[in-house]
Amino acid sequence: MTALLEATGVSKHFGGIHALSECRLEVEQGTISGLIGPNGSGKTTLFNVITGYERIREGEIRLAGRSITNMTPEAIFKLGIGRTFQLTRVFGRLSVMDNMLVASQHEASWARRAFRKAGSHGERARAMDLLEFVDIARLANEPAATLSYGQRKLLELAYVLMADPDFLLLDEPAGGINPSLINTLAERIRALNAEGKTFLVVEHNMEFVMGLCHKVTVMHHGSALVSGEPDVIRKDPRVLNAYLGGFGDDEGLGDEGPGGQASGS
Amino acid sequence: MIRVSHSVSTRNLKTAGLAAAIAVLAVFPLVFTNPTVTSIAVFTLLFMASATAWNAFSGYTGYIALGHAAFFGTGAYVFAIMTTHLNMSAGSSLFALVPVAGVGAMVVAVPFGLIALRTRRHTFVVITIAVFFIFQQLAFNLGITQGSSGIQVPTPNWSAWTFNNPFYYVSLGIVGFAAAVSYFLRRSVLGLQLLAIREDEDRARGLGVPAGKAKLVAFVLSSLPVGMAGAVYAYFLGQIFPQFAFNPLFDLSVALMTLFGGIGTIAGPLLGALVLESLQQYFTFQFSNGDLYLVIYGGLFLAVLLLLPRGVIPTTTDFIARHRARRQAPSPSVDSVASAESGRGGLAIASRKVR
Amino acid sequence: MIQAIVDGVLTGGVYALMAAGLTLIFGVMDIINVAQGIFVVLGAYLSYVLSVHLGIDLFVGLLVTIPAMFLIGVVVQWVFISRLGTRERTAMSILATYAVAIMIEGVLGLVFSDNYVQLNAWYVTRSYHVFGFYLAYIYVFGFILAAVLLGAIYLMLYRTRFGASVRASLQDRSAARLVGVNVDRVATITFGIGVAVTAAGGMVFGATNSFNPNTGYDLISRLLTIVILGGLGSIGGALGAAVFMLVLEDIVAVVWSPVWAPFVFFGALVVVLSIRPTGLFGRSSARAQ
Repeated sequence: MTALLEATGVSKHFGGIHALSECRLEVEQGTISGLIGPNGSGKTTLFNVITGYERIREGEIRLAGRSITNMTPEAIFKLGIGRTFQLTRVFGRLSVMDNMLVASQHEASWARRAFRKAGSHGERARAMDLLEFVDIARLANEPAATLSYGQRKLLELAYVLMADPDFLLLDEPAGGINPSLINTLAERIRALNAEGKTFLVVEHNMEFVMGLCHKVTVMHHGSALVSGEPDVIRKDPRVLNAYLGGFGDDEGLGDEGPGGQASGS
Repeated sequence: MIRVSHSVSTRNLKTAGLAAAIAVLAVFPLVFTNPTVTSIAVFTLLFMASATAWNAFSGYTGYIALGHAAFFGTGAYVFAIMTTHLNMSAGSSLFALVPVAGVGAMVVAVPFGLIALRTRRHTFVVITIAVFFIFQQLAFNLGITQGSSGIQVPTPNWSAWTFNNPFYYVSLGIVGFAAAVSYFLRRSVLGLQLLAIREDEDRARGLGVPAGKAKLVAFVLSSLPVGMAGAVYAYFLGQIFPQFAFNPLFDLSVALMTLFGGIGTIAGPLLGALVLESLQQYFTFQFSNGDLYLVIYGGLFLAVLLLLPRGVIPTTTDFIARHRARRQAPSPSVDSVASAESGRGGLAIASRKVR
Repeated sequence: MIQAIVDGVLTGGVYALMAAGLTLIFGVMDIINVAQGIFVVLGAYLSYVLSVHLGIDLFVGLLVTIPAMFLIGVVVQWVFISRLGTRERTAMSILATYAVAIMIEGVLGLVFSDNYVQLNAWYVTRSYHVFGFYLAYIYVFGFILAAVLLGAIYLMLYRTRFGASVRASLQDRSAARLVGVNVDRVATITFGIGVAVTAAGGMVFGATNSFNPNTGYDLISRLLTIVILGGLGSIGGALGAAVFMLVLEDIVAVVWSPVWAPFVFFGALVVVLSIRPTGLFGRSSARAQ
């Protein structure tokens, strides 16, 4: 399988804090990859770096072999990479439907579209389809600010999908979602994956990640500790040490575990 | 289903109200023929147009511009300079120059916008003020504007009794134009993008919205009615001076009117200008003391900012909506938890029903 | 020419003082106090009243006007500014302070009429004769005053506990709150300080220029330009920008024409902001808008 995304040697400091340290990550085309790790291990920073919200001086990010290091978020988006945020960013005073329409993409030039009425029939239909896909279609006319946290997560996923991206980076998609809906969400991701979309998912919900992902990378202190198939990862002592007590407990404070060496690449 | 019928009746009410308002505006000068009254009306209309245009940019994008007086003044001066240099004589035909003056304002709006829109929101406000003062200085110092002696504009030879009426109708036309622009902009793709920019500009950019272009187009568009208003102002007064054509209080007034009526709405600036400008004109006639007027105006502004931060129209609409909601039976609140209990199948069916 | 530079530096010092107040207010409160210009005029009028009606020397009068302006600042902050919500705070603050400004302008007009006045004292009209240049006493005294006050502010910021809370609030309000800083009180006092310096600036300005209530517009335009050029929130930047702009304006007045000199201010602002939208020394880290 070809690597769709490759991050090598990525380092990022904020003042004295090393958020990322020689971090390495590979995501293969057509897979669902997971990114897990204790709080502070650098997962969201890595996302920000990949999607252009943070700049780096060391390291490289490649998309299908082509360097996308330090590109702007707009440019990344145009390459077919979609991204959701941990703290949801929706357009509060706009309706859910309008949120979707903002994200809709077109072939025609901007100048020609700008003065036409927003939301053609086709766009709205597609938006409704996606809203149904994430089960919030009944809220289409509500202002986005009135949605619950979990519903906003779903809305974000839906509007990112409006652009039909090939590669989706989801930052804690299951956080705040009602447990019975999490299965639905996982199914949706699998369905999209079956259509050929690649996923990189950051999550704290271990069941979700382990059940869904083909490959999991564990981050710790800003670099990738180990990566491999879920079953292998869950038993790896280094990972257990990093989390200090096993899965589902992400109170991981550091590497005080007995003999836990970080031999990550 | 309750919501559907509710919105139909509201829409009918709105259309009826709009028709009534247009009818009243159309016959106003024929009914109230007193020139003092129609003169106040002309100024009121000019501000209604300016406030609506200003709102189409600042209200929709959230970037408070305090330099639109530059467009008003540019429109006024372009008009005045054209009439003197083209040696045109006063008459209805001179109104044809009004749109030309408006285009003149648009032309200067482009570099203005390009410079100002590169900055973040609060620096943006300041830079619009700065650029406005540059315009004012230019008006004082450039040869073609004849500095503080101002420019005379030919005055038509119409009867004193109906002199104001053509100005009234032209101003009304500009108001209509501005309102139409505001309305269609709001419904358009560009309008949606502007609103998204207002909510979260970075996120909008991340989704492919060309924020720079969108803001610039809105900015330039908003300068057109303001420029035209300036031209009518010049023609109406018969002479213009730099400190009045480029008046620092203009933008403050326009902002106040819009905030009062409800920033971001279409009717808000119209209502705000209607109320505040006629009040202001009335006060100027009654108490010619300019300083007292400043104190009152400032106080009024502060009162609006602190007590009615969202403006009259949104506060009223909310009030009505809440009142209605209390009278109707509360609809079952459907959220993810409740619906989850009915099972996934139930969820799918429920969502299909809404469509 | 050198005279122009010297004049520019001296007046720059005074403008720096007033601009420092403005930038401090922004840094701590995210508020652009557009009324700073009219506060200067108010300070000038206060000195005028003390000098003309009570015969008190201008500098001595500062002992009264500075605390008075401080109080006025605190009251304005408390009554109007603190009530503004956090939504679109900066834009709202511009509108609110603009409103306060025109109210004060109106009151000044009612009380003093629109006639131009100027402060007078023995040192206003006489100058030192140094190295072939003329340094008006008032300019020198004013510069010294500005230097002293700026120094006092610096000491306050860096040597006192209160100053530490101010700097903490400048960096991050929420964090400052979390470590026990009473951010609201810091804000109010800072606003008071920011306005109090206009008493001193107003006195010097009033002694070197004739003024009336409308002078506020011109002043605030300059102060805003200086503050933005220097970077909102940077006192050192305000200092540098003030001196730079005043010198530049004086040079332009001499070399080109006095008429275009004020134009220089705005022109410079526009040019700099086009190249570096955050100002010369401004922080480029994004503040939530």
